[in-house]
Amino acid sequence: MAAPTDDNPAFQHFAHPERLVSTQWLADALDRGEDLVVLESDEDVLLYEAGHIPGARKLDWHLDLNDPVARDFVDGEHFAQVMGERGVGRDTTVVIYGDKSNWWAAYALWVMTLFGHEDVRLLDGGRAAWAGEDRPMTRDVPAVTPAQYPVVRREDPPIRAYRDDVLAHLPGPLVDVRSPGEYSGELLSMPDYPQEGAMRGGHIPGARSVPWARAAAEDGRFRGRAELEAIYQGEQGLAPSDDVVVYCRIGERSAHTWFVLTHLLGFGSVRNYDGSWTEWGNSVRVPIETGTP
Amino acid sequence: MAELADDFEALEPKDRLQLLLELSDELPALPQRYADEPGRLEQVHECQSPLFLAVEVDDEERVHLFFQAPPEAPTTRGFAGILHTGLDGQPARAVLEVPDDAAWRFGLAEAVSPLRMRGMLAMLSRIKRQVRERTSGTSAPDHDAEVREHL
Repeated sequence: MAAPTDDNPAFQHFAHPERLVSTQWLADALDRGEDLVVLESDEDVLLYEAGHIPGARKLDWHLDLNDPVARDFVDGEHFAQVMGERGVGRDTTVVIYGDKSNWWAAYALWVMTLFGHEDVRLLDGGRAAWAGEDRPMTRDVPAVTPAQYPVVRREDPPIRAYRDDVLAHLPGPLVDVRSPGEYSGELLSMPDYPQEGAMRGGHIPGARSVPWARAAAEDGRFRGRAELEAIYQGEQGLAPSDDVVVYCRIGERSAHTWFVLTHLLGFGSVRNYDGSWTEWGNSVRVPIETGTP
Repeated sequence: MAELADDFEALEPKDRLQLLLELSDELPALPQRYADEPGRLEQVHECQSPLFLAVEVDDEERVHLFFQAPPEAPTTRGFAGILHTGLDGQPARAVLEVPDDAAWRFGLAEAVSPLRMRGMLAMLSRIKRQVRERTSGTSAPDHDAEVREHL
């Protein structure tokens, strides 16, 4: 049974308002005992233990969603186990939130979409918004009744691009969501992060530079539809009918932009290239551009 | 350090996270003399979250460690807590003898994923470098194999 959607007027302008919930909606839904599962997905692996929304379960992008050996996501059986252990069934309404303005929450939502999970939503503003309003946080880990989650085949092609897909896509529309220094080739990773992971700096030729954070307001919540349209459609000239590929360094920041284009602006065909710069910048003989936009 | 590593190793991966959280909680606040002069701290850029540290060696050649990391980065704080618990107050020579790969002996790679271990490796190497600078003349042993038994 799907939980009701958040009828917050600010969301109604979005293409798929049912994909977002506000902190107030979640607090009310938890008070009512609404049938839903809250998952926390963070960059910092210990943040959940340090305190989380009461009842929330932890979903770690690396330990739970990535294959432990190959650079890929888990398969259907592993995914079914991860979901089942968290009390998530195929019809469960899932609300995800996390740190860093929901990077990893958006990534987890995108991975759940690869497996076709129908009702998965983001908490607008993520962990910081909830904590910033002094809403309850706890260190108590909830007792979870495991659920049966079916083994579903992962369906990559509609929303995930591999390196060869990107090569075939050129010179189609691409959005590079990394920082300006990473785009120009000056940095190989985020400012203040370890400079690791790529032999070459720069961007995929023709990519537009739209750092992910432009989609977020100062408080980490998404900007309104008109502001988002002004950036992606007005300034960058993208159209909802375009076939768009987004990328960053390992696919987490671009999952955030994938969410914006797909669910907030209603673009019909957006693929996240999760190999991103750590694959492209290490690949032999792929084209690279350097310099500012 | 060796005892602490054994404590971690003896736990299930989930309980290792709890112990790491305790160490994160218990990490002492930065003393005022450093809080007033953040320029005296060294940033560990290899950490995913901002972490700053300072190293002092007193007249008795004992090492004192000071860390600053935000509460929203408990993993980084926990790594700092391990190093603080294991190394603060130890003789400089003992700190220099800690193997460079000591971070791998806490069974944490399994609990937090190997790619997140980088920050702790970097903190240790920066601490050892600073201790070396402050005790010039005391050189670290060349062969790790000889000193592994100390951990």
